[in-house]
Amino acid sequence: MARRSGSPFKGSGIVFAKEFSDHLRSPRMLVLEWLILLTGIGAVFMAIQGLRTTTASDPFLFLRLFTDAREGMPSFLAVLAFLIPLMAIGLGFDSINGEFNRRTMSRVLAQPIYRDALLLGKFGGALATLAVGLLTLWLLIIGLGLFRLGVPPSGEEVGRGLVFLSIAVAYGAVWLSVAMLCSVVCRSPATAALAALGVWLLLSLIWPLIARFIADIVYPPTELALLLGIPNPQQIEFQQLLARFSPSTLFGEAVVGMLQPATRTFGVVFANQVQGAVAGAPLSFSQSLQLVWPQFTGLLASAILVFAASYMSFQRQEVRA
Amino acid sequence: MSDILIEARGLKKRYGANMAVDGIDLTVKRGEIFGLLGPNGAGKTTTILMLIGLTEADGGTISVCGADPMRDPLAVKSRVAYLPDMVGFYDNLSARDNLRYTGRLAGIANAELDARIERAMARVRLAEVIDSKVATYSRGMRQRLGLAEILMKGAEVAILDEPTNGLDPQSTFELLEMIRTLRDDGMAIMLSSHILDRVQAICDRVALFSKGRIAIEGTVRELAAQVLGGGHVLQVDSDFDPQALAALFSGLDGVSSVTEEAPGRLRVLSLHDMRNAVAQAMVKAGATILRLAEVEPSLDEIYRRYFEGLHGKA
Repeated sequence: MARRSGSPFKGSGIVFAKEFSDHLRSPRMLVLEWLILLTGIGAVFMAIQGLRTTTASDPFLFLRLFTDAREGMPSFLAVLAFLIPLMAIGLGFDSINGEFNRRTMSRVLAQPIYRDALLLGKFGGALATLAVGLLTLWLLIIGLGLFRLGVPPSGEEVGRGLVFLSIAVAYGAVWLSVAMLCSVVCRSPATAALAALGVWLLLSLIWPLIARFIADIVYPPTELALLLGIPNPQQIEFQQLLARFSPSTLFGEAVVGMLQPATRTFGVVFANQVQGAVAGAPLSFSQSLQLVWPQFTGLLASAILVFAASYMSFQRQEVRA
Repeated sequence: MSDILIEARGLKKRYGANMAVDGIDLTVKRGEIFGLLGPNGAGKTTTILMLIGLTEADGGTISVCGADPMRDPLAVKSRVAYLPDMVGFYDNLSARDNLRYTGRLAGIANAELDARIERAMARVRLAEVIDSKVATYSRGMRQRLGLAEILMKGAEVAILDEPTNGLDPQSTFELLEMIRTLRDDGMAIMLSSHILDRVQAICDRVALFSKGRIAIEGTVRELAAQVLGGGHVLQVDSDFDPQALAALFSGLDGVSSVTEEAPGRLRVLSLHDMRNAVAQAMVKAGATILRLAEVEPSLDEIYRRYFEGLHGKA
């Protein structure tokens, strides 16, 4: 096929600007923002209550704002793991099919731009909205922490917090690209939303159970394991391998590794491997970063992979409505 | 620069086993309105989409404003304006913001954009509602907004797909008048429709589509000569015996058919202007001429007759 002339990115900035401003003004965004804000702040508030009474001198007091849970209330992280996908799907499920349904698609594509620009601009616009929302929330929590705890966060805590923010955005990007893929494939926004939510439920709630089940079949418990009453290491490793196909697992591991500096590994550890280690001693920032790096790049890679799939399917789609 | 702005040769498009467009040739010149007519599913929209590079052709060559829409779609799209069937806009934005968005995508400089939008909106008589949300617009206003977009873009070629679809007679008339002014500006205009009598009024040339091919093409009069057997239609009102009158007219040289259109009204189809001959014959026979008028051959009739003939043969 002949090569096309002109840049595929021409116009993506204009699409980005429009999408970004549309999202920020849309009532849907307002609902999502408030939902996240209220639940997030609620969770953090409870964590603060706990921190004020129990913790005397934790060097990473601030990070515990994000991870501590109190009875009856999930931790801020758990809230985020649940709400980021919801927000991303909410932003993306009607991005492409909405244009078809409003009959604006052919009018926009009749302008001198490629489809690439439209898809990329829309993805960027929604991701920027998501990032702004998360950043706001992040700043609010830091502010709340300063106000209620009365201790400023250390430089390292801020650094870890920023990495955590980037991981959260990458996690959002994965679900956003899933939602956009659904919006390319399904012509009806309702179907697209259902499909995206279905994928999310499957990967977040059901997949871990399936992973355990499969691992149990592939590596049945050895006699030794049965004798000791613990699963054998291969089984755990395989189960973990499978579970990591779910972005939720990757997000959970990456965030815990970053926000709980004492985390050394996510896998199976033998006693001889931790010989000499000081139990509960925190890793340095760079060590923690190394620890979560595979999870972080895994999230990015899956976002890119799913985006590429929606890109291919969008390029092949007929414009006529 | 050449006056031919759209040229297609042997255009083909296949959807599965079905040939949606099967070898179409057409040319449209500057300052001309070219009508694509035909039943739904005859391949009009597919042809249009291929011309502006929104669908890949499976065969044939296209040149629009001197560029190939398959190899150089951006060059084509920046010089062609397209008004799709049942055009849609972003309802939550004002008309101005809608046009700003497409204007920016079209690469119009910001400094110039607002002036162009205002000029275009004034021309389609929407200047007063320029800042209203498009959600408040009627169907006719939306179509006019679509025209404003074409004007704003300052394109050389405008392609309109079913522009009068779903409009009331008054809006249709207004819209077609506006399209006519676009042609007078020197644009090449291609429009598709299945509402024939309205389209007839503004098209310089038409092509009749049937099953992915152009069945016949030319001016309305040429088509009438080809399909109906005569390019001239006379209506004759008389209180004389219609049978005798019909027999009389049929004997005249050049008359191809005579039919009784309504009680007391005959319709005479001929190859050339027969007004004088018919009048003389009537006077000679002693028949009163209540009315004698030449009417434009109706596209509707040509269309119906053509497809009747086609199905009759099949």
